[in-house]
Amino acid sequence: MHAFSYHRPATLKEAVSLLRKVENAKLLAGGQSLIPVLKLRLASPAAMIDLGAIEEMRGIKLEGETLTIGALTRHAEVAASKDVAIGIPALARLADGIGDRQVRNQGTLGGALANNDPAADYPAAVLGLGATVNTNKRAIGADRFFTGLFETVLKPGEIITSVAFPLANRAAYAKFRNPASRFAIVGVFVSEAAGNVRVAVTGAAPCVFRVKAMERKLAEKFAPDSIARVRVPPDNLSSDIHASAEYRAHLVTVMAQRAVEAALASK
Amino acid sequence: MNAPLIGTSVKRKEDYRFLTGGGQYTDDVMLPGQTCACFLRSPHAHARIRSVDTEKARSAPGVVAIFTGDDLAKAKVGGLPCGWLITGVNGQPMKEPPHPPLAQGKVRYVGDHVAVVIAETLNQAKDAAELIEVDYEALPAVVKVADARKPGAPAVHDIAPDNTCYVWALGDKAAVDKAFASAQHVTALEFINNRLIPNAIEPRAAVASYSRSDDSYTLYVTSQNPHVARLLMTAFVLGLPEHKVRVIAPDVGGGFGSKIYLYAEEVVITWASKQINRPVKWTAERSESFMSDAHGRDHLTKAELALDRNGKFLAMRVTTTANMGAYLSTFASCIPTILYATLLAGQYTTPAIYCEVTAVFTNTAPVDAYRGAGRPEATYVVERLVDTAARELGMDRSEIRRRNFIKEFPYQTPVALLYDTGNYDATLTEALKLADVAGFEARRQEAEKRGKLRGLGYSTYIEACGIAPSNVAGSLGARAGLFEAGEIRVHPTGTVTVFTGSHSHGQGHETTFAQVVADRLGIPLENVDIVHGDTGRILFGMGTYGSRSIAVGGTAIMKALDKIVAKGKKIAAHLLEAAEADIEYDRGTFRVAGTDRKKTIAEVAFAAYVPHNYPLDKLEPGLNESAFYDPTNFTFPAGSHLCEVEIDPETGHTRIVNFTAVDDFGKVINPMIVEGQVHGGLAQGIGQALLEACVYDPESGQLLTGTYMDYALPRADDLPSFKVGTQETPCTHNPLGVKGCGEAGAIGAPAAVINAIVDALAPLGVRDVEMPATPERVWRAIRAAKAKK
Repeated sequence: MHAFSYHRPATLKEAVSLLRKVENAKLLAGGQSLIPVLKLRLASPAAMIDLGAIEEMRGIKLEGETLTIGALTRHAEVAASKDVAIGIPALARLADGIGDRQVRNQGTLGGALANNDPAADYPAAVLGLGATVNTNKRAIGADRFFTGLFETVLKPGEIITSVAFPLANRAAYAKFRNPASRFAIVGVFVSEAAGNVRVAVTGAAPCVFRVKAMERKLAEKFAPDSIARVRVPPDNLSSDIHASAEYRAHLVTVMAQRAVEAALASK
Repeated sequence: MNAPLIGTSVKRKEDYRFLTGGGQYTDDVMLPGQTCACFLRSPHAHARIRSVDTEKARSAPGVVAIFTGDDLAKAKVGGLPCGWLITGVNGQPMKEPPHPPLAQGKVRYVGDHVAVVIAETLNQAKDAAELIEVDYEALPAVVKVADARKPGAPAVHDIAPDNTCYVWALGDKAAVDKAFASAQHVTALEFINNRLIPNAIEPRAAVASYSRSDDSYTLYVTSQNPHVARLLMTAFVLGLPEHKVRVIAPDVGGGFGSKIYLYAEEVVITWASKQINRPVKWTAERSESFMSDAHGRDHLTKAELALDRNGKFLAMRVTTTANMGAYLSTFASCIPTILYATLLAGQYTTPAIYCEVTAVFTNTAPVDAYRGAGRPEATYVVERLVDTAARELGMDRSEIRRRNFIKEFPYQTPVALLYDTGNYDATLTEALKLADVAGFEARRQEAEKRGKLRGLGYSTYIEACGIAPSNVAGSLGARAGLFEAGEIRVHPTGTVTVFTGSHSHGQGHETTFAQVVADRLGIPLENVDIVHGDTGRILFGMGTYGSRSIAVGGTAIMKALDKIVAKGKKIAAHLLEAAEADIEYDRGTFRVAGTDRKKTIAEVAFAAYVPHNYPLDKLEPGLNESAFYDPTNFTFPAGSHLCEVEIDPETGHTRIVNFTAVDDFGKVINPMIVEGQVHGGLAQGIGQALLEACVYDPESGQLLTGTYMDYALPRADDLPSFKVGTQETPCTHNPLGVKGCGEAGAIGAPAAVINAIVDALAPLGVRDVEMPATPERVWRAIRAAKAKK
């Protein structure tokens, strides 16, 4: 990698002030996407602000109808958390299927959301549960947070601090994984809370998205058959060496049905 | 002490070292004053180099030296040689374009070497490399095998304007054509044997140093055959006196063929170490390995099998185009010819076989041997044809095989090989039992109830290992010998050091070879150490590839042991005051026949080194013997692989639910190590069938599978728990009766997997699925078949 200056603030406040002062700085959370990019010399930030020492951005809290997870909480911690298992078991299972063991022990929720990789798992859960992304400046609803390929509404100087997930009656994530990267070729997160159904798809397109047609059908009847004929048009989906848009479109329906089936089995 | 060691699963002697971090790999070598090298590589698949401006880079911090192709040309550094000359059907030798270690005039694949930057630290070398300004004139590239000979395709080399390296053939074309003309049934298939990237866990690395005091060089390098590397480098590339160069291949973490070859990097840094008079280290990063290790396979094939109505094979006709990549790697030319077409008889009595192979150049990394090397490709051709033919004729797939199995040995195939022995019925029978083929139909029905498609695939493969003999290989174009050397040093106290020209890079030779020696000498295993991988300590060696180590290297050791025993008998006869003819030897004990008068090997060794009571007038002191062994024939491991898959028709995902391999490796020295070799080979074979594909952009020639994000290596959870078994039909022409086991898994598995997938999908009307059988390909095959109906 290229040389850079390294900062390790102990508080969020300190991190925010560094981010304002230091030019061409990049935030480092778990580093599971950023470090490989640096090692390949594809990015050369002048400075790295390592958030790893900021305790206030860590931890999992289940209070009332909300599960709040600190932005620096690692995937393995989410996967192993009792609170998550009680509150939203589908989220624990999703975290347990991210990447590989090393990625899960190092990668963080906030890092994954800020990066918004088109095939990452967490964006599906955040959008599929209608979570709220909290930053040092504001609270952002999931429907507004993800804006495009590796893009979010986050502004310069803004740092994700935590994510608040509303509990669901039932939820499940069904992922058809890329055998190489273990990212999602197509991943579908389905939730139902008080008759309100959300279906969020990752991997299939440049950015996570909801399938409203499926949500309407499932709100009528929450069963796999309800959506068997709902097709997502392939036009805006991704095509690459791993899967064509046409195949991804097909998988969206298959995985959505499987998620519904799993959600039903979970209750 | 005298319990037999051969045939027992003793734990690997080398594992304590490896598991406790004591392994010494090339990158662990740290020499005083060592510098770091970084190679600037071509970002283009094909481009003319207008100029290389290194001025800015030279003044970057820490830079010691920068060399380009021009510098090497001025120093008269030669090109990397190809070790096998193929003569084409037209009687013309293959086209051998120059292969300069650093590009001269043109770059020909993404990753081709343009310059080397040597600096105090690796980061300084990399930083400086970014400052080199190369003015490229991008040229159109030819990437796919199928495109290489199309009219108007860009020429990779001026000397081969049609990108053809050679057109070569084997077999009796007239006899084959005649058999096809009157055959009652013909099965025809066309397929691609997918291109693979080897992915040894240890990337390639080299550390070169030069000593002014005696004008000598030492090169540590990740090599499967350090003597060959030295010979090629000194005689063909650098023009150095061979005895002034020591090549050491210390612990090496996997090769699979990719570390057989002489590569540009080690040659360049060896040369550079003298120019700068300091040691130079280079270690490939993983992305460099993806780009620049020699790749494997990459065939385009049309294959036909002619049969009578009873399923008897009458003839086979195969036309293959094989990708050589941009340059001829060390053994590239012999893989799709000598190691491929000769295997097309498989386990069968097919009386007439004709195979024509066209080797082409493309703007991709060089292609050479990769685990199995030619034989997986041949097995895929034969076994896909056989399963398909059985289905077309409505025959049971074991039955069609049994009807055509070779049953009498020795057997001369129509494609040059003479099989010495085998028992194909026995391995198939055992595999059918182990795989519970009788219960398959019930399992299939149960899976169907769950909405899954179950299939069973067969692959009864043969391979030729221990490539030999040298004179025959020489007449076929080999530019090297194919023997092996070994030396046994019995120390005065009776412990033993063995020097072998074979090289272990994961195979466990330190254990297997020690078992052979300890068994023969009747001494404890811990009293035997194996030394390998150092031209400074070992007399000579051709190294390890083609599953040859135990069959060829092991036999050289056996021959040296024979000499030890023969001399020991002379010494023992003297000590026991008996006639030499009366001395019997059995695992460590010399005995006067019919008496209890005896001497142990340790007593004999002591007498040899402290020759007070010794026949000095007739016999030299010491007990140290060496031998070279040139095999009289190949060995022919063979086996039956059965794969059972379950396919999710909604996603196209294939899961291997059972994999059974019953192999005949002849005599097995260490069953545990053999089983490990089979497991590893199967993982790679299954990887080829289901997951792995090296993909270049067909237009730009950019490598699209350049990291593990895109290149899918099999992981533990992609594989079932294997059921493996062995049958022993000893090889008839080496003293241990061994055949070799390193490649069998990778050879047999791909056809078994694809045959299983096709079996599962056959009721829908699917006839073929291309490797790797990714979920999308399977899903599309199902969809296309349904659309037809």
